[in-house]
Amino acid sequence: MGGVISKNINDEQSYAILGCIIKVNNNYLMRKILNISIFSISTICTIFTLSLLFFVFSYILYQGITALSWDFFTKLPAPIGEGGGGMAHAIIGTMKLLFVAVLIGFPVGLMGGIYLSEFGGRLFPAGRGRFVYSVRYAADLLNGIPSIVIGIFVYIVVVLPMKHFSTLAGGIALGIIVIPIVLKGTEEFLRLVPSTLREAGLALGMAKWKVILTIVVPTAFPGVATSMMLGIARVSGETAPLLFTAFGNRYFSSGWLSPTASLPAMIYTYSISPYSNWKQQAWAGGTVLLVLVLLTNALSRMLLRRKKLRTQ
Amino acid sequence: MKNYARGGNVPYRWEDPLFKGVTFLFALFILLLTLFIAFSLLVHATPAIKKFGFEFLWGTTWDPVSEQFSALPFLYGTLITAVIALLTAVPIGLFVSIFLSEFSPRWLSDPISYLIDLLAAIPSVIYGIIGLFVLVPLMRGNIEPALSNSIGFLPVFQGPFYGVGILTAGLLLSMMILPFIISISREVMLSVPQTQREAILSLGATQWEMVYKVVMPLSRSGIIGSIFLALARALGETMAVTMVIGNNPDIPLSFFEPGHTMAAVIANEFTEAASELYLSALIEIGLILFLVSFVVNGIARILIPGGVRAA
Repeated sequence: MGGVISKNINDEQSYAILGCIIKVNNNYLMRKILNISIFSISTICTIFTLSLLFFVFSYILYQGITALSWDFFTKLPAPIGEGGGGMAHAIIGTMKLLFVAVLIGFPVGLMGGIYLSEFGGRLFPAGRGRFVYSVRYAADLLNGIPSIVIGIFVYIVVVLPMKHFSTLAGGIALGIIVIPIVLKGTEEFLRLVPSTLREAGLALGMAKWKVILTIVVPTAFPGVATSMMLGIARVSGETAPLLFTAFGNRYFSSGWLSPTASLPAMIYTYSISPYSNWKQQAWAGGTVLLVLVLLTNALSRMLLRRKKLRTQ
Repeated sequence: MKNYARGGNVPYRWEDPLFKGVTFLFALFILLLTLFIAFSLLVHATPAIKKFGFEFLWGTTWDPVSEQFSALPFLYGTLITAVIALLTAVPIGLFVSIFLSEFSPRWLSDPISYLIDLLAAIPSVIYGIIGLFVLVPLMRGNIEPALSNSIGFLPVFQGPFYGVGILTAGLLLSMMILPFIISISREVMLSVPQTQREAILSLGATQWEMVYKVVMPLSRSGIIGSIFLALARALGETMAVTMVIGNNPDIPLSFFEPGHTMAAVIANEFTEAASELYLSALIEIGLILFLVSFVVNGIARILIPGGVRAA
């Protein structure tokens, strides 16, 4: 089309051309009004969506601040009917679960990501490429599986053979959820490292593994660390996979093989309970969890915006 | 110094293959893990599959006492809540992404999308308590009576107002999937070349005509992909739905009535499943959920262009 149109066309001609491309209403005012109303609707929708975020955040804070006290962080739950009490055991429990999740999710995600980025891809013939493709596909699938299904899986392979719920099982479930997040992040950020850096290292006679571990990974580290933080933020709020792996506990869990309470699971049980004291505690727990998750998420993504890579 | 350039004296004869082998094992582990999840679900669902066969998919009884299990109420609940969620979230999400990518300047659009992405990070149990203590009373007291008064001639908007129920779960889900639709659609729309926009604007088209005739057609597949991704989220969402849907293994005609979803029934009854058959039926529901999310995520993956990342 472009070639036919001469450089000097007047408004009427351009309008005629527009009419050829799309159906244009002849009433200019109507078109203007439609445009403005769409603009208004989309502005309203945006404000609505943002207000959802502010509403959720401020409502939880508002409810939670009144319910929060020092006891919440230091005490065990009070018996039914008594006031007070806290969720110290759930906070410790969540930390223990996250520790196991990190232990599983970080190395597997990181090493798998290194393979996909450094050894997979264009360098190898089609056969190897298919393997890389299927690992990526599997990671995407793993990322998309509802977390409760991961819970069932861990119940089958860990809880059933051990015959009891445990911190370990809960942590494994969370770890499986972390894997694809770290994997994708690692692969993505390693790929951003300019190949000239790798070549410089190789040209100096360094072994490939040394180039990867001392040049490529450190260069991409801010990005990789962000994806790790995002993974932690994501699983620290997960409840569904913990219901029948870590189960729950009214006391501190001893060691790694006994069931443990966790913050999100406590919020769930307390909020659906009929006792008003427990509901108050659920709000307090919600506040702590929300602040924790949003802070981790917001901070790590802000860092990511600042510097995608150290080289840039 | 050794002369590494000369053939024969190859340095790092074993370190490099070793490192590569180790990373390969980890990558292989991820692949095997995913296959093993599917396999172990299948194995443990076998007793239920053998006992009920395809009857499981279209029978309506869920009776743990007499050990009669079939999943239609849960399939229906999952599907209908997801549809309600999409019907509300997709229009809003598209308008927001149009605003962010076309109408607002970059300095405004970037922080707003950053905030909207935060919406995706809120844990589902938090949405659950908001739903339970804010949305449910609101539905019972205001929204459901209003719907019943205005469009109550539709059978789905009739009956008593429970507060908890299918409609409430659907609306809560729409809140949760909104950021997924917005962040991907926005990025897909932003990737439409600026020259395409300028071409039609120079001919005198309005901004809306530009969006409708140029931006939307060019980003159609990505937008549909984002909808599928949101659908996958909605289908698998557990905690928030469990807390507001009412947990009633039935197929109610009215959207106001309590229902149940696949994920919710697993969350509620898994620890209570006493017999092997009961547990196996629940695991079969998990298997169905796995397969459905496999298909829906697969479609989303095909449609969303590479390089665009979910929130």
